[in-house]
Amino acid sequence: MAKEPKPQEIISQINYNPPQKSWMDIPVEMKEGMFCYGAKEKSLQTLDFPNVRSWSVLEEDWKLPEKWDKIVLEGIAERLKKYRSFKIFMDICVRCGACADKCHFFLGSGDPKNMPVLRAELLRSIYRKNFTAAGKILGKLAGARKLTLNVLKEWWYYFYQCSECRRCSVFCPYGIDTAEITIIARELLNLLGLNIEWIAGPAANCYLKGNHLGLEPHTIKNSIDFLVDEIEEKTGVRVSPTFNRKGAEILFVTPSGDLFADPGTYTCMGYLMLFHELGLDYTWSTYASEGGNFGFFTSMELAKRLNTKIYAEAKRLGVKWILGGECGHMWRVINQYMDTFNGPADFLEVPTSPITGTKFENAKSTKMTHISEFTADLIKHKKLNLDPRRNDHLKVTFHDSCNVARGMGMFEEPRYVIKNVCNHFYEMPENTIREKTFCCGSGSGLNASENMEMRLRGGLPRANAVKYVQEQYGVNMLACICAIDRAALPPLMNYWVPGVDVTGVTELVANALVMKGEKKRTTNLRGEDLSVEEKADV
Amino acid sequence: MYDKNKIIPGLIIFVGIVAFPFFYNLVTADYKPEPSLDTPVINKMSKKQCVRPKDFMKTEHMKVLHEWRDSVVRYGEREYGVIDGVKYEKSLQKTCMQCHSNKKDFCDRCHTYVDVKPYCWNCHIAPEGKEE
Amino acid sequence: MKILFPLLVVIILVGLVFMGVQEANLHLLFGIIIPYVSVTIFILGVIARVVNWSRSPVPFRIPTTCGQQKSLSWIKRDCLENPSNAVGVIGRMALEILTFRSLFRNTQTELKQGPYLVYHEEKLLWLAALAFHWSFLIVVIRHFRLFIEPIPGCLSLLCSLDGFMEIGSPVVFLSGVALLGAVSFLLLRRILSPKISYISLTADYFPLFLIIAIAASGILMRYFVKVDVIDIKAYTLGLLSLHPVIPADVSVIFYIHLFLVCVLLVYIPFSKLMHLGGIFLSPTRNMANNNRLKRHINPWNYPVKVHTYEEYEEHFREKMKQVGIPVEKE
Repeated sequence: MAKEPKPQEIISQINYNPPQKSWMDIPVEMKEGMFCYGAKEKSLQTLDFPNVRSWSVLEEDWKLPEKWDKIVLEGIAERLKKYRSFKIFMDICVRCGACADKCHFFLGSGDPKNMPVLRAELLRSIYRKNFTAAGKILGKLAGARKLTLNVLKEWWYYFYQCSECRRCSVFCPYGIDTAEITIIARELLNLLGLNIEWIAGPAANCYLKGNHLGLEPHTIKNSIDFLVDEIEEKTGVRVSPTFNRKGAEILFVTPSGDLFADPGTYTCMGYLMLFHELGLDYTWSTYASEGGNFGFFTSMELAKRLNTKIYAEAKRLGVKWILGGECGHMWRVINQYMDTFNGPADFLEVPTSPITGTKFENAKSTKMTHISEFTADLIKHKKLNLDPRRNDHLKVTFHDSCNVARGMGMFEEPRYVIKNVCNHFYEMPENTIREKTFCCGSGSGLNASENMEMRLRGGLPRANAVKYVQEQYGVNMLACICAIDRAALPPLMNYWVPGVDVTGVTELVANALVMKGEKKRTTNLRGEDLSVEEKADV
Repeated sequence: MYDKNKIIPGLIIFVGIVAFPFFYNLVTADYKPEPSLDTPVINKMSKKQCVRPKDFMKTEHMKVLHEWRDSVVRYGEREYGVIDGVKYEKSLQKTCMQCHSNKKDFCDRCHTYVDVKPYCWNCHIAPEGKEE
Repeated sequence: MKILFPLLVVIILVGLVFMGVQEANLHLLFGIIIPYVSVTIFILGVIARVVNWSRSPVPFRIPTTCGQQKSLSWIKRDCLENPSNAVGVIGRMALEILTFRSLFRNTQTELKQGPYLVYHEEKLLWLAALAFHWSFLIVVIRHFRLFIEPIPGCLSLLCSLDGFMEIGSPVVFLSGVALLGAVSFLLLRRILSPKISYISLTADYFPLFLIIAIAASGILMRYFVKVDVIDIKAYTLGLLSLHPVIPADVSVIFYIHLFLVCVLLVYIPFSKLMHLGGIFLSPTRNMANNNRLKRHINPWNYPVKVHTYEEYEEHFREKMKQVGIPVEKE
């Protein structure tokens, strides 16, 4: 692994002024710390992906199929026929430059090819050369260039340096969405077996075992049982989750990351406590044990293949509707793709909260509701006994996850929940939240460890905004509703803003939740002392 | 998914807008206005001439008038010069309208044709046309 | 090179008309044939391009949501930035097309000592773009006074408004000045801003030079190198009523203006200028965010290979039974 640079080194290297030489004349350089390892043979094989072989990014020979360029060009032609977005986004960019400094990877690296417009031009130049009259005739003059091995490597390097966060798309006067271009470019790369292991591995796990981490059914049960013990120790309440239970009213699906590592596990404990307290008739599934979808970072087909399990399991178990946990890209897939991929979900009913009776009309067709929507509704109807003072040692700010922000538009629900369970809430600066939120720097399957420098650079704008509220208000807790955030933000905070911790929103809820029959809480879920006076008897 | 029900009407609207001048002209006659020189003063002239040649006046009269206004109003220079023994003054009413007393059939014909609304008549009193 | 070449092309185009009209007497070519051909190419080209786009489906509903979604009844939703129905989409598209809503969000980022990333408001691009597009539209509409006879009152009113400052004679049209000013700013920005210059292509400079040349020749013709506008209107009416007549002796500057406009018309369907049509079809803007409410159909959705529950249970049955997870087959 490359040596991690010091913050000051990174800052001093950032220069937003581009070099003299045209970007087309600068060959790609694979910088250590800025890319992820290539996909392994075994992962590609599990997923039935082409060009299964072992290969290494830093080796000259990527062991490509013989007519790889033909495969790519045919791949482009096929996708132009399938996606209007692709055609339009290839054709209408006027290079106004509004997107140039909106990408967190550009802001953290100064690499001009991280400007969304140039990232798209990497692909657009090949499109022009092969699919437009002007590009064929005028060549470079029309911004066209030939597809060479160097171009392919450049694609690989930069399309796995985009986290599909869509921030650029908010600022583009035509709504050109680099995420869409990256999705298509990654599909093309995957035609040649050019994935990264951090995506292919989890996707393969998810395909065979039901979740990215590759947790087998008994391990899932054991992990959750461990959390159940923890809850009992902290609260004195024994919760009793069920698995693969037929006839439950609700199927609960959340990213597997929350079962495995801190601070996600605390959020998971939060789910268990909340559902227990409500007496919710719900079940976990070990088969559909993944809310996230690393297939989405590979190809639409793989996204669909992995996503299928959720509806299939809901059908098998005969539940009425599905509740989804806190996750970013999971919710982009569920909100914008699931019903189209694998619907219609006519075997389910419109999600209805059994506690408040609220019908979630906005999920009438997909039949899946977000935990924040669900919780906000509970709080609004005063169905939860909350003592926000238990979170009084926290000064909380909220990180809008890219996909939930720009692929769904859920801004108020989590804020409403936080404000009801915490007394100290502060917003980060306006240009860094809501639809203008910055990525954690590790989205879209880039949260590996070998590319830590890239993640730290990409996370700079987010971290910097946190630093601002830390200095202004003494913020010490960054709340989020995304499992990748919970994995990626702690090292990021540690590096740029020491002293700020990361939490899921449901963890905050659980800490404030006064449960029936609980013992006097002396610590929060993390085992940290609670110095507040408990609320009077419940 | 294909949005044909929106794209086709959109294209029809586009063609409609672009082709609008063509359609408009199908139902209207194309004509070119001829300013009339039929005024008592001009009819009496043996040699019909203006302060400058006709072709020059066609494209430059507005500039000439503008210069006249500035030189008269700002500098008090009223004399234009002597052409063929006739002394001309820089004056819309005393010079131009002397001959072209038919504003309606002279000035207005072309001005209306290309939608020019000269602001001469904001101050000057427009001469009564014969017919009016 | 990327700047000089398109400039040279525009100069050559101007030279071409000059020689063609002044020296070779190709009035018929420049005055009648080229205008007809270019309008035809423009109309058919734009249609072909849009039809080509429309042949590809929109398989997924992928609006970029820029405001609060419609969810719980008591949460105020943002109907325009995150529309959940057709009316909202129309509103969002209107804001986008008429006021360049997204460009209005523009900021400029600066990395200050600290380090602090600071996001400054950057409205100049929005302002210049808005001035450019709107004045261009007004200029085009205003030209209809030379295309139709009689002139309807609304058009006449527009011309009066455009010249309401009553500067000079002929009256200065503000839209023309605004157009030339804005387009010059956009060109200067492209050349002088290091980032923008870096991302610019020849194809970004060419239309700017072309439009500057069109606006400049138009302004020259109206205020300086005078032409007989009566003759010109009679000529355009002839063209438009399909009885074309070559005007007797119209200055070459008119042919330059006309030819450059023809070049622009032909260039539009084959270039990035098609953004004028593309914006309407942009799936991140023209779709409602009602994905969970109303199922979107993907016409090429196909069955995929999945790992079924049966296969999963087959693999893990013993382990599942050991920890008491229910199974289908004992």
